[in-house]
Amino acid sequence: MDFTYDDEQTALRDAVRGLVGKAYADYEQRRRATKEDPGFDEKLWTQMAEMGLLGLPFSEDDGGVGAGPVEIGIVCRELGRVLAPEPYLSSVVLAGGLVSAVGTPEQRQELLGALSGGESVLAFAHDEPGHRWSAEAHDVTADASGALTGTKDGVLHGARADVLVVSAVLPDGGTGLFLVTGDALASVERSGYPTFDGGRAARITFDATAATPLGAAAADVTTSIATVQDITRIMAANEALGAMQTQLRATTEYLKSRKQFGVTLNTFQALTFRAADMYTSVELTHSMVDWATMVVAAGDPAQVADAAARAGLQVSRAGRHVGQEAIQLHGGIAMTAEYNVGTFTAHLTALDHLLGDAGHHLRALDARLGDHGVIDPLDRAATA
Amino acid sequence: MQLALTEDDQAFREEMRTFFTTTFPEEIRRTVEEGRELTREQIVESQQALNAAGLAVPHWPEEWGGRGWSELKRHIWHEEMQAASVPVPLAFNASMIGPVIAQFGTQEQKEKFLPKTANLDIWWSQGFSEPDAGSDLAGLRTTAVLDGDDWVVNGQKTWTTLGQYGDWIFTLVRTDPEVKKQAGISMLLIDMTSPGVEVRPIELIDGGHEVNEVWFTDVRVPGENLVGEVNSGWTQAKFLLGNERVGVAPVGATKRVLARAKELGASILADDPLLRARVVELENELLALELTALRVAAHSAGAEPHPASSVLKLKGTELQQAVSELVVDLGGPATLASGEGDATLEWYRRSTPTYLNLRKASIYGGSNEIQRQIISRNILGL
Repeated sequence: MDFTYDDEQTALRDAVRGLVGKAYADYEQRRRATKEDPGFDEKLWTQMAEMGLLGLPFSEDDGGVGAGPVEIGIVCRELGRVLAPEPYLSSVVLAGGLVSAVGTPEQRQELLGALSGGESVLAFAHDEPGHRWSAEAHDVTADASGALTGTKDGVLHGARADVLVVSAVLPDGGTGLFLVTGDALASVERSGYPTFDGGRAARITFDATAATPLGAAAADVTTSIATVQDITRIMAANEALGAMQTQLRATTEYLKSRKQFGVTLNTFQALTFRAADMYTSVELTHSMVDWATMVVAAGDPAQVADAAARAGLQVSRAGRHVGQEAIQLHGGIAMTAEYNVGTFTAHLTALDHLLGDAGHHLRALDARLGDHGVIDPLDRAATA
Repeated sequence: MQLALTEDDQAFREEMRTFFTTTFPEEIRRTVEEGRELTREQIVESQQALNAAGLAVPHWPEEWGGRGWSELKRHIWHEEMQAASVPVPLAFNASMIGPVIAQFGTQEQKEKFLPKTANLDIWWSQGFSEPDAGSDLAGLRTTAVLDGDDWVVNGQKTWTTLGQYGDWIFTLVRTDPEVKKQAGISMLLIDMTSPGVEVRPIELIDGGHEVNEVWFTDVRVPGENLVGEVNSGWTQAKFLLGNERVGVAPVGATKRVLARAKELGASILADDPLLRARVVELENELLALELTALRVAAHSAGAEPHPASSVLKLKGTELQQAVSELVVDLGGPATLASGEGDATLEWYRRSTPTYLNLRKASIYGGSNEIQRQIISRNILGL
């Protein structure tokens, strides 16, 4: 039982903080990076690759580093602290995670090697209009030859991606995963657009597009998708936690420096109490996120699903609370684009809707409510 | 980071669980589980059973019955006790005055009081609050004036919890009215059978008798009953109140009540998705709180308290109250008749008095507004 980083983890955190913290120390840097396509800093992405961050989750055989979820969580948390727009979550954790979970050894080596080296950006083309937070494909279909037809939307970094990992309904039912690359990718209609938090997403239309099955042909991989989504939710929770910690720090500093009626704002108890409640939200979230991250290291998929829902519910509630209060306590300045507080709130909102909001997680947990008397957080642990 | 307990802590957890669920008096556990009020005799019996097993005062110095456990072991002990419906040791004895006497008392005071305090042979009451000194404790006005070797005490204390059972009362009294208010306070131990001590019950909104006023009229207290130096009482008070916040988030007990609500209310919950959603939310918030308590316990190795510890009291009492509120809502009309009754409905009949009674939780032990003040000032630096 230990909720603290060991020496190596601390060193990793410091290194990541050094790199991305420096790159985005000035919020103007982030604004510049998100103003023009691809919406992130390709040079920084290469530096992240050189530092080994892009290969962290993948085995050494696949060209990665073979680190655990705690290390990946550290990277996500640091990216969240400075609102770094690099597609770590969508490309490495989500799309890379799927390749790692489902791909053949050759596919893993090729795709994850290139991803780890910063040569290739992956995107998971999965969400479809009219469906929310499903592990399955619904309207995009694969025919017997593997050709894909249908429309995906909200594909993070879908226009920039060098490789699309696409989910599709298989001819015999179930959801399979396919790779669209090279010439086939060039034939696909990809309509990229900025998201409200400065990110990038795309609407992608397939029309009998040639694709290669990821892993075994015609295999239903819905459960693998669900598990990778759960892990991504937990890593997104790490990112959200980093953002909330920054929000709290910025708000605290602001209350100490901003004057109204001739005195600093921290003179007003009504405001300091609200900051105290923000702190409470952040600390409870911190505990839950650390726990969920450790469950990934030790738990089976059912336990990871449970931890993802619990962390997701907590982060959804806390993210809204902290994000909204940060804006309110800053006042009008937080409404402007040149000041970062409002953008943090925007990003928290985006993370909230990426893989399931509080209501979604509540429903999942409600369905399992009768399975337990009390929750024992330690029964998810592998024996030490 | 590592989620699993060490083999040693795991074995300790099993040992605690086994003792609390097999050796500890069954009837007392059932009383707690069913939400009935414990009698004085049961509370004494309970603590003596714990003390006999070396489990009543594990956090005291080892010389006086402490066990030298890690913070994490203490946490496990506390949680397993609550999970098994075992009443925690009487706070006035185990958490409040015991550690103060062990820290500040004379050798004579330690020998005279500590063994009896651990075994609840002496039932201590707390005499801190006064009508004009609640959160602003330093405003207290009860006086003690030296007369020969004795202190002569006059004044009034209030909110003295279970004072009707008290044998002795530890008090803060004003011994120097001339200096800054914190500087003129001393701690006195007073035998409640002394002439001039009068305990008057205060009736509460739940219909119960839990708190009292204690009046002192020319009560003579031997000089040897002063704890620490004259006018050093504020130091002892801060030490005591600091201990009071440890283990103040009753996570184990609140989890148990929520689990019982799910069990007894299964058929009602099955038809009410909104109530179920509340259960899910509360379970999740309790999990976050429990993990925070674990994070704090696993972190502190006798050093500075983990900053997050200040959220435990605040959130712990909020959730305790919210669960009691849920139970009342779950029972609906079954909660209208309060107190004793038909066995199956008894739990619900006790639910509204409990809900009303627990309003106190966000007031005592430093009100939750005080906790917010501590967070904003001491942690956030506001």
